[in-house]
Amino acid sequence: MFGFGILSGLVFLPLVGVAFILTQNDQEAAGRSNVRFAALITTLATFLLSVVAWGRFDQSSAAFQLVEAKHWFGGGLGYKLGVDGLSMPFVLLTTFLMPFCILASWETITFRVKEYMIAFLVLETLMIGVFCALDLVLFYIFFEGGLIPMFLIIGIWGGKRRIYASFKFFLYTLLGSLLMLLAIMAMYAQAGTTDIPTLLATHFSAQMQFWLWLGFFASFAVKMPMWPVHTWLPDAHVEAPTAGSVILAGILLKMGGYGFIRFSLPMFPNASHYFAPMMFTLSIIAIVYTSLVALVQEDMKKLIAYSSVAHMGFVTMGLFAMNEQGVQGAVFQMVSHGLVSGALFLCVGVVYDRMHTREIAAYGGLVQRMPLYARVLMVFTMANVGLPGTSGFVGEFLTLLGAFSANSWVALFATSGVILSACYALYLYRRVIFGVLDKPSLAGITDLSARELVLLVPLVLLVIYYGVHPGPVLGASAAAVTHLVQGYNAALHVTQTAALTPLIGH
Amino acid sequence: MIDAIVFLPLLGALVAGLSGSSLSARNAEVLTTGLLMLAALLSWVAFFQYGLGGAPLDVHVIANWMTAGKLSVDWALRVDTMTVVMLVVVTTVSSLVHLYSIGYMADDPSRPRFFAYLSLFTFAMLMLVTADNLVQLFFGWEGVGLASYLLIGFWYEKPSANAAAIKAFVVNRVGDFGFALGIFLVFALTGSVSFDTIFAAAPGLAHKTIHVFGLDANAMTVACLLLFMGAMGKSAQFLLHTWLPDAMEGPTPVSALIHAATMVTAGVFMVARLSPLFEFSPVALSVVTIVGGMTAFFAATVGLVQNDIKRVIAYSTCSQLGYMFVAMGVGGYSLGMFHLFTHAFFKALLFLGAGSVIHAMHHEQDMRNMGGLRKDIPFTFWMMTIGTLALTGFPFTAGYYSKDAIIEAAYASHRFGAVFAWAMVVIAAGLTSFYSWRLVFMTFFGTRGALAVAGHHDDHAHDDRAHDDHGHGDHGHVPHESPLTMLVPLAVLALGALFAGLLFRNSFIGEGFAGFWKHALFLAPGNHLLHNMEEVPTYISLLPTLMMVVGFVVAWLMYIRWPGSAARLAGANPLLYKFLLNKWYFDELYDFLFVRPAFWIGRLFWKGGDGAVIDGLGPDGIASRTLDVTAQVVRLQSGYVYHYAFAMMLGVAAFISWYLAGGVH
Repeated sequence: MFGFGILSGLVFLPLVGVAFILTQNDQEAAGRSNVRFAALITTLATFLLSVVAWGRFDQSSAAFQLVEAKHWFGGGLGYKLGVDGLSMPFVLLTTFLMPFCILASWETITFRVKEYMIAFLVLETLMIGVFCALDLVLFYIFFEGGLIPMFLIIGIWGGKRRIYASFKFFLYTLLGSLLMLLAIMAMYAQAGTTDIPTLLATHFSAQMQFWLWLGFFASFAVKMPMWPVHTWLPDAHVEAPTAGSVILAGILLKMGGYGFIRFSLPMFPNASHYFAPMMFTLSIIAIVYTSLVALVQEDMKKLIAYSSVAHMGFVTMGLFAMNEQGVQGAVFQMVSHGLVSGALFLCVGVVYDRMHTREIAAYGGLVQRMPLYARVLMVFTMANVGLPGTSGFVGEFLTLLGAFSANSWVALFATSGVILSACYALYLYRRVIFGVLDKPSLAGITDLSARELVLLVPLVLLVIYYGVHPGPVLGASAAAVTHLVQGYNAALHVTQTAALTPLIGH
Repeated sequence: MIDAIVFLPLLGALVAGLSGSSLSARNAEVLTTGLLMLAALLSWVAFFQYGLGGAPLDVHVIANWMTAGKLSVDWALRVDTMTVVMLVVVTTVSSLVHLYSIGYMADDPSRPRFFAYLSLFTFAMLMLVTADNLVQLFFGWEGVGLASYLLIGFWYEKPSANAAAIKAFVVNRVGDFGFALGIFLVFALTGSVSFDTIFAAAPGLAHKTIHVFGLDANAMTVACLLLFMGAMGKSAQFLLHTWLPDAMEGPTPVSALIHAATMVTAGVFMVARLSPLFEFSPVALSVVTIVGGMTAFFAATVGLVQNDIKRVIAYSTCSQLGYMFVAMGVGGYSLGMFHLFTHAFFKALLFLGAGSVIHAMHHEQDMRNMGGLRKDIPFTFWMMTIGTLALTGFPFTAGYYSKDAIIEAAYASHRFGAVFAWAMVVIAAGLTSFYSWRLVFMTFFGTRGALAVAGHHDDHAHDDRAHDDHGHGDHGHVPHESPLTMLVPLAVLALGALFAGLLFRNSFIGEGFAGFWKHALFLAPGNHLLHNMEEVPTYISLLPTLMMVVGFVVAWLMYIRWPGSAARLAGANPLLYKFLLNKWYFDELYDFLFVRPAFWIGRLFWKGGDGAVIDGLGPDGIASRTLDVTAQVVRLQSGYVYHYAFAMMLGVAAFISWYLAGGVH
């Protein structure tokens, strides 16, 4: 495509839409309509292109594919893109969710529509870039660049406390990322390149791995978010517009998990092994602690945000179990959580658009006026609870199975999360949907509109489809995960036979 | 054929549930009921082929579910005698309950939803009993939990129904917590979750010690105990039983189908299905025996004093499930399965009969307001009497064969805990007879409301929704017999309650045992239970029948001969009465131990942990310190210095980063 590969096309296609939108005048209704349609068509085209890329992707290979490289900044840094089984699912998830975000904002955003759509399209470019980048500095630029549009989306189109939330979000993530930047520079100093495939083959000394791991951890832990650096997430979610929450929960959180699986585990296996107990501990705390916090929330979005932290706890736990079930489960859990939490935020958006409140106490008995909504929300609630037959189950089951093989205590505590998730999710559903509809404000509330059905039904089908047949996602990552686990175990084996001084000396 | 049996109910559920207003309520009823009857017919065919006939084990793989590393889980339907026994139980009771509901739910505006849920439940239950691996079993297991949750909370306007629905789901999840860990452990031990593979590996693991949860323990024992925890939740065994009585908030046909005949027996089915594992862990089997015996006794004591007609039967179900687990625990899997089979008929009969009473009484459920109904609803009376005879083990009825066999087996077994269990089930047999006849006497004999307490109308259980068109002051109404759609299922189930024992005893637990079960059940070489049972002395064999007579006589004396003596007895022992009436105070205890602390800790973590500590020391703390500093700076400067400074800082940071990156080159 114009001398570029398909991945470049994916990365830059949203910017073509931006260029068109810039020419429009959103002071007029016609202009605003053009802007919306342009954004929708752009995201749909990007999705279709990603499906084409998926068609060219060879699942059976663990290598990077669709690779394209250009020299940049005189050879030190490269423009290099490529995907493997670990990143391809996330590219698809991103392009798939974007049209939903545009549609979700169709009627609710009436203020600065042009800027809003531009922010989302730029964000899409940056997110796809993160998952395609095969150069560390390029990755860093995409990774950090994503902060800016998200910061604007929360800060401009957010709720009442949007300024506080957007700064909290920005500063938390930036602080973590600066440490990652230091680590990146140190890696460049040792390896002389920022090319990711080369770095994957580079062996770093145990001591070096220790510090590099911590540098990357600072960034990814905040992004995940892991306990105790998770407190930016509930605030950001509560204040963000619906589509912002969908992207935040659906994609941005996945960057942390992707980072661990792309960098920390394969590049620093010894340090990962050393820190695994800490990761397990933090994961368990995240699962139990945030589930209990979710139980007492009074704001719907906050409740779902806390449940996201708990679900990401399963991801980190599965990743550091470092066996095929754990890691594949973690990848699947991320994809599934992207769909389910995105859908849940869309569902909150549906009632928020009508009532302009997220207070759980303001609702009750919605099933009488909104039977379709009640059904749709039931499916996503059950997926959140991890009911077998929904995609939520597969991820939780595989990560727990993997964790049990690694450490039975971890699985014991984490499995208690399945009890707690049932508590908070059903308690929420009961308070919002069931009961008598006796609040006068709700008397005229309307069921899902055609636009909202178009938005939610595909997600319902996909959540159930992946629950019954997770093969497409699991199959895509299988070869890459096997390669990763084998490489990890081989690296540990080398270290152990060499009987190096244990890292505990630090 | 097996595909049709399993997926026809799903088809019905989808059509009835998704077509909305385009399908009339009548069509939804006819469609789901018709599909279920077809499935039931096919199930009986399968029963004769695989159970009574000689067809071998058949595993029909549909598709792969998930694969990760060496884990491979298939969607597969396994057909053997275990499966077909459950198939006939599930589809027969389900189709009858569908038919019955056409009459019972006639006034309800959401009938399509109700029938969709019933069929969905049936599908999940069929997936459970046809599972060929632990994960599909878990799928069905949680699926029936979902359907149960939806049906208990069917009348969503009632807060008590919503609370009961959540309670049922969450308590079941506590059991599933153990079940899931059990699956993980089995996978860790055998590298598989498929029945055939893990059964083949089981003998080799019998004496293996593993290090798990910080203990060095016998692998099979830990695995079986974890799996049994799931069974305890689903089958409402002692400690995890609290959800079952509350589940009576659901419509009565639901109680008959899910909370009596099928779903709650899934735990029993699971232990029998996994007999190749449990047989290698005497410790786990002892636990099963003791828990079963304890439940049989405990639930029977609570059943003695309940006044809600459905709750009496619910505790009775709980107690009978305890009997089944005693059978499992002492190694008599076929006995437990036989009791499961017969119990399905007579307990569904009792529940549907109770539903007919409730229907006749215009949704009155408190037995203190009933009485003398045998003249108004004679057919229902006779059906309930047949159910009671079968439950209490009257000679030659179904319960006589299956329940008494379990009591004998508990006596004959040498398992640790069997003596305790035997004592419990013998006492429970007497208690069962007492509360069952008490129910019949309070409902059908005496005079209406004779035992009524003044001012009862405020608190008694009834469902408001279907009640509206009847009005509250219903003592003026004449109780009416139910429509034919409700009476036919009663008659069919009554036939089962009378003759299921007589007809199938030989196959299930008699001479035909080996030919019937084939390889579906596994008995360890040392398991001679059926042989030992033949040597039980006659007076022991007669003991259950004696207990039944005693229970009947006491109930007759207290409720017919000297009415009012029950109240005097309760008044004389207020502490014991309160203890039983409040179900041993388990709800209060759990509320104190788990529910309130969970909310309290949640709030502490939220306000204290996230708010005060993390945010207070982290972002907010730093921000307020920064503001203090910038306040000083701003005083020196003016305008938008803060913004410029921020931009400059970013620029400097970027510049330095770039310089360093290039500089170290």
